[in-house]
Amino acid sequence: MTAGSQVTADVQESAPAAMSGMGAFYWSVRRELWENRWIYIGQLGVGGVFLLGFVFNLSRWLTKLHGLSENDPAKYWNAVAEPFNIGAGLMMGTLILMSLFYSADALYGERRDRSIFFWKSLPVSDWTTVLAKASIPLVVLPLLAFAVTVAIHVVLLLLSCVVLPANGISLSILWKQLSIFQMWGLILYHLFTAHALWPFPVFCWLLLVSGWARRAPLLWAALPPAVIGALEKLIFGTNRFVTVVGTRVVGGGAPTDMTSGEMFPTGPMTHLTPLRYLAAPGLWIGLAIAAVCLVAAVRMRRYRDPV
Amino acid sequence: MACIEARGLRKQFGSTVALDGLDLRVEEGRILGLIGPNGAGKTTALNAILGLIPYQGELRVLGRDPWKERERLMVDVSYIADVAVLPRWIRVSDLLDYVAGVHPRFDRVKAEGFLEKTSIQTGSKVRELSKGMVAQLHLAIVMAIDARLLVLDEPTLGLDILYRKQFYDSLLNDYFDRSRTIVVTTHQVEEVQNVLTDLMFIDRGRIVLSCSMEEFEVRYLEVMVRPEQLAAARALKPMYERQAIGRSVLLFDHGDRQKLAAFGDVRTPSIADLFVAVLGNHSGAIKGVAV
Repeated sequence: MTAGSQVTADVQESAPAAMSGMGAFYWSVRRELWENRWIYIGQLGVGGVFLLGFVFNLSRWLTKLHGLSENDPAKYWNAVAEPFNIGAGLMMGTLILMSLFYSADALYGERRDRSIFFWKSLPVSDWTTVLAKASIPLVVLPLLAFAVTVAIHVVLLLLSCVVLPANGISLSILWKQLSIFQMWGLILYHLFTAHALWPFPVFCWLLLVSGWARRAPLLWAALPPAVIGALEKLIFGTNRFVTVVGTRVVGGGAPTDMTSGEMFPTGPMTHLTPLRYLAAPGLWIGLAIAAVCLVAAVRMRRYRDPV
Repeated sequence: MACIEARGLRKQFGSTVALDGLDLRVEEGRILGLIGPNGAGKTTALNAILGLIPYQGELRVLGRDPWKERERLMVDVSYIADVAVLPRWIRVSDLLDYVAGVHPRFDRVKAEGFLEKTSIQTGSKVRELSKGMVAQLHLAIVMAIDARLLVLDEPTLGLDILYRKQFYDSLLNDYFDRSRTIVVTTHQVEEVQNVLTDLMFIDRGRIVLSCSMEEFEVRYLEVMVRPEQLAAARALKPMYERQAIGRSVLLFDHGDRQKLAAFGDVRTPSIADLFVAVLGNHSGAIKGVAV
């Protein structure tokens, strides 16, 4: 090596440090999206199937709207918003499943196909890789679910604009009953608080097991909770642990809002309680568990052999 | 500064000793062949050098501790750890984008130039390529990285002879420039004989032979001896003797070329023959070697 290239090497010393920050993280997330095309194809597919189902069941919705009076506003809202809520609910369910399956495969896939040898030959740290993978269920998937939900709602609105007047129902009920932008705001809030941050420890646990298991990471991940649950049942006769974990997974029990009797947290009476949510010990205990799992997952990626 | 310097490098997996106090020094600008039977510790040594596994003992690669400074080291070191480790789901163009995005020393134009000489389309996915093409693609990426050390662990395993030959040809013609260092392990020893500048045999976690190729050519001589002269030739103490088409071939370490010429044509042995001679004498553990 000549003296000249030594100088260049030293000048470049600081560049890689900066690159391994944002650049590497950005490209690591891109990589996840290339590798896991099913996460958006799947969501779009579910959205498409829902819309098809809606079209075939259109007459049921119209009959329901016909028989309504404005005397019972809550019932009225439920009826008008029904397809919008079911669409959003379906995307939430899809999101839960995808987050679980994604997380359980995240660090396992690259070990199974041995591509980890290639990824590790590049100057991308284990931290960057693991955080990029964790950001998929925490940020990317909820955003995708939100985008698909909005797309579903837009199509529903467009369809309604054609179908409702044609069946003698005034379009005004839509505008009066459905404050769509507020609804979207509520959905976005709900997705992130109840379906991303709240179950985040579960996703991080799956991530950790996916970096450890030699096969079937989802089964291995389910084993310890099942054993703890069984022991609890045997010793104390209760089901607390399984209940807590189960409700976490489906985003239940998070003190994100108070609804007045509506099934979906998207109604006009929904009252958000972000402060109560942020002050909930459950949130912080969960995030602490998530942090421990992430640290362990990074170590796993460093030490563990490919499958 | 030596490119790689190891002293007393040890690594144990359970009760199996993979590296047993390995000492090794590789200067910059060399092409080192690390040859050994299966399970000799080649891959373990390379993994330690690449910071992929923790180890005991002293190890510096380009002046850095590979385990503690792995990410930084990967800017200057590139490697092909096996054949076909490129992710199968990725599109070639996406792969180039990714490496260009994360690697400060990657020259995308150069990589595309290498790919143009092959039949690889940038729109293809890796899974659509043949095994040989995947190796070409990986090599194109690695050669477009301006690294100071390139490590190749069985880079051509399972490829047909055309791809293997091409692989080493492009490595020598388009990449090696006497300032870079290349470390390669392979079982196809004959193919690298003319490529290497240095040779190391490793067995049971130790270096059992280490020499430059110039030294190799001066030091080791092989001569085919007629049966009637065998006793006289044996008196010169060959290090190894084998049979070939009814004649005995004797391999000498530090043999006297003039004296040996009396028995027949004196020539440089192949690395494979020396390997069998050294390892055969050393341990008899040559079962796993495919040459």
